[in-house]
This record gives sequence, structure tokens and C-alpha cells, in this order.
Amino acid sequence: MSQFLRTWFPNVVMNWSGDNGFVQAIYETLYMTFVSAIFAGILGLILGIILVITDTNGILPHAKFYNVLDKLVNLFRSIPFVILLAVIGPFTKFIVGQTIGPTGALVPLIVGTAPFFARQVQLALVEVDPGVIEAARAMGLSPWKIIYRVYLKEGLPELIRSGTLTLISLIGLTAMAGAVGGGGLGNMAIAVGYQRFQNDVTFVSMILILVLVFVVQGLGDWAIKKLEH
Amino acid sequence: MTTNTQTNIIELKNVAVHFQTSDRQVDAVQDVSLTVTAGDVYGIIGYSGAGKSTLVRVINLLQRPNQGEVWVNGQNLMTFKPAALRAARRNIGMIFQHFNLMNSRTVFGNVEFPLLDLKMSAAQRTEKVNKLLDLVGLSSMAQSYPSQLSGGQKQRVAIARALANDPQILISDEATSALDPQTTTDILNLLADVNRKLHITIVIITHEMDAIKQICQHVAVMDQGRLIEQGSLLDIFGHPQQPLTKKFVDSSTQLTPALQEIKKSGLIQPHKQNLIELKFLGNSAQEPIVVALYKKFQVEANILFSNIEQLQGTTVGIMLLLLNGTNENINAAWQYLQQSQVEVKQIKYSEIEVD
Repeated sequence: MSQFLRTWFPNVVMNWSGDNGFVQAIYETLYMTFVSAIFAGILGLILGIILVITDTNGILPHAKFYNVLDKLVNLFRSIPFVILLAVIGPFTKFIVGQTIGPTGALVPLIVGTAPFFARQVQLALVEVDPGVIEAARAMGLSPWKIIYRVYLKEGLPELIRSGTLTLISLIGLTAMAGAVGGGGLGNMAIAVGYQRFQNDVTFVSMILILVLVFVVQGLGDWAIKKLEH
Repeated sequence: MTTNTQTNIIELKNVAVHFQTSDRQVDAVQDVSLTVTAGDVYGIIGYSGAGKSTLVRVINLLQRPNQGEVWVNGQNLMTFKPAALRAARRNIGMIFQHFNLMNSRTVFGNVEFPLLDLKMSAAQRTEKVNKLLDLVGLSSMAQSYPSQLSGGQKQRVAIARALANDPQILISDEATSALDPQTTTDILNLLADVNRKLHITIVIITHEMDAIKQICQHVAVMDQGRLIEQGSLLDIFGHPQQPLTKKFVDSSTQLTPALQEIKKSGLIQPHKQNLIELKFLGNSAQEPIVVALYKKFQVEANILFSNIEQLQGTTVGIMLLLLNGTNENINAAWQYLQQSQVEVKQIKYSEIEVD
């Protein structure tokens, strides 16, 4: 087995451990993915909920507020991620004190993902049967309770579907962030594999990212299956 | 002298609701006033689009009216702050055409849902939910999910949920319109039970006269945002005034279709005015009219159609008779009928519309 690896993936074996090795890259990718997922998830969830409830048919309609937020979400979703990385450099430095490395990638990843997830949350929650919301209002529930007892509970399978989708797109973004100084498997594939013509490194980086994507997708599908009745 | 102990539990005063669309204003409800007394089963009937759903949503202010006042239990709900209004809504249960159950919760969870905010121990909640499920006959389905239930079972869960807060009022928004006839009857019987046993005032909206007939004590007819007629079930059924009301009553008695069939069949001759409609209310239904006509006037009465039903314990009957005899005898019989307890009306052949 190890002979097989040494023959077909010599550079992978050589680069496995150590400061710039695969183990470190995997850790960096996971770090970027999950830390930004937590922040973008919370931010996107809050923004998505605000979009749903302030919409004209929402439980707390507020046309002006909705319009401004709606436009902002669209604006940030429209900026290509590579450009966003550069544009918000000073802001990133202000927040986390550095613009390179996995931590420097967190801010642009969050800013790039939160609006996308907010829109996904909005679409998921709008799907909740308006009749159920009306029944809850008729029962005398406060808006806050309608949000967490009805919207989030009834919309949970859809939210997990959106969350899975967002997480997978986030993994894609971490690879891009990695290529411009963020580290991780994206950096491995480009800076080591591509630029030094070590194709086996590029190939294995891709496989590892695919494994991560499949695990996320699998967990998401499993959770949805558990929750849907 | 009898003392009138009836209290007005719901009073709508000159209520109007408009909706603004991009190019025009829709007057969903216009100048509606109605009073429901405690313990009543009050039906509002009308075609879809008449404004019934909007009107009942005014009662718990899910729909705030543009004009008018909403009084429930002697309190003007329009003056309530949000928290007080939410408390008032817990006193008004509501069931819907499409049940509006939460798919993510079990039957038990759905009925428990309105109780989650009350100061109750989990054991007390469980006891209460079980009692409610027992009332609607679904104890065995407690751990099922709504997607596993039939329409009638879903509506039973919705009724149990609506009763969880021990409301004084139950609003039924087309609750039987998505159900088959047998299930409709079962659900209406359950609502009648709820009214009788728990003394809950019920407001029903529907487009089916049969639903009204089965359980309502008072009826209002709604058309294009207005209440065009209201009264006791017997009044509305026995003496409908407005054309639309007559149409709804007809849809239940099937009198008009019967007349059309008679005309098409050519059974009666156009020049003879001997087709009469008899309407019995209450005790008069027990008089042997047909026999009397023959014995007293030698007039043969051929029964072409009859429909007899029990409304709130009172018999209401409609009969179409084709009289056969000499003109003189028929005239005498006519005089006799007009003096009897029975309402009698001559049907003019030309007035029967055949489509």
C-alpha cells in the first residue's frame, strides 16, 4: 500500500505532514469552513428572518426597512468573491488584525456567505404554510414566539437543505480564499500542485475537498430525512 | 314576565374593511353590524368572495377593520394594546378549511401547542391534551403526524387545539368545505356537541346551506361585503326574503330543480292554475291535508314533490300538489287551505324558469 502511494503520489507523501503539509491544509480548510459557517449562519439566519417578517405579507410588515435590507442583500451577493476579498481588506484588518492566513480569510468568507444564506433562509421560511402562521396568530402568540415556535420549527427541514447548500458553496469559497493567501486545500492545490507541476498534489487536494462536500451533503440529507414527516 | 339573561358575546358595529390594490379599492366588508348572543351557533352563509372570511377575522382582529367597532364580552377590542389583544385572542378559538396543523409536530404536539406558554406543569398539560383528544375521539392517534391523518381526523385535531385554551367562542372558517358529506356531518355533530356540553358560542361561515341547517340557531346571509338578511334558522328557512337567501334555501330543499323537472316532463297543462306549494312549520306538519282535500272537496291531490326536515327540533315541510277536480271544488279547497295553519302559494307555470 505504502509502496503504491510512493509510486503514484510521491509529492503527496512528501508533503503530508509538516508546516505546509496536507494535515495542516486540511485543518485550515475545516477551520475556515466551520468558523465562517457559524458566523455567516447566525448573521444570515437573523437577516433572513427579518426579511420574512418585514415583507408585506409578514407578521411585522415594514416596507421601507424591507426594501433597504433587500437591496443590501442583493448588492453583497452581486460582488464576485475574489474582488470582495481585496475590497474589504482594510475592514478585515480592522476586525481580525490580519489579511492573510486562514483567519484573514474569515471576514470576507462571512461577508460573502451571509447574504447568500440570508436569501436561502428567506426562501425556506416563506415556504412555511401561511395558514399555520395565521392559526398561531389566532392563538395569541407573540411575533417572537411565532418565529421560533412556528417558522423555525416548521421550516427546519428546508433550513437544513439551505444550510447544506450554503455550506457546500462556502467550501468552494475557502478554496478560492486559500489560493490568495488563506491557506488550506485551495492553497495546496494551486501554490504547490499547480505552480510546481505536482499534479498528484492537485488531484488529492480535489479529492479531499470532494470528500468534505459529500460528508456535508450526506449529513444534511440524513437530518432532513429524520425531520420530515 | 321572563327575565332575559342572554348576553351579547360578540357585537360588530358598522364594520367596514377595504383592501387597496394597485389600481382600485376592494370593499371586502361594508357596514356590517351583527350581534351574537352567548351560547348561540351563528352561521354566516355566502358565496366565496362575499367577504365572510374577512368578516370573521375581524372578530379576533386578525383583520383590523377600517371602520366600525368590535366588541367581545363587552370589551372594545379595538382599544386593546398588543399584549391584551393576544390574551383576548386566546378566548377565541379558530378552525380553518385547510386545518392549518403543524406538520413538524405530532397530534399530541399540535394540541399541546397553545398550552406551551401557560403556567402548567408537563403532567397537567399531558392530562389536558389527553382529555381534549378524548373529546374529539382521537386518543389512539396521539403520536401520529398530521400527514398520516385523513381530512376529518385533521379537523378533529384542529378542534381539540382550538379548545385547548378553554375559549368562550369558536370560529369555524369553512371548516367542512374540504371534507366529504359523511365527514362533514360528523364534524358538525362534534361542533354541536362542543356547543352543548362546553357552552361555547360558535360562529360558522360556510357556502353550504346544509351545514347551516344542521347546527345553526341563527343565520346571516352575506353578499358582496354586506349582510343582506339575518334571523333565526326557522325564519330564514321558512320565510327567505332576499333572492340570494331563497337560492340558498332552495339548494337545500331542492324545490327549484323539482319544479324544473315537472315543467320539462309536461305533467301539468299551462292553462290550468292548479299547481300549489304548501309550506308547513311546526305542528301544522301533522295535519292530514291531502286526505282532508279529498274528503271535504272531492279534490284529488297528487303529490309531485315533498321535502320534510327537522330544524332545531321543529318540522319544516314543503310539498308540491297538483290538484284535480272541478273549478268550483278547487276554489273551495283553496279557501280552506288559506285558512289552515299551512302556508299556501299558487305556482304560476310561466314563472318556472327552465334552463
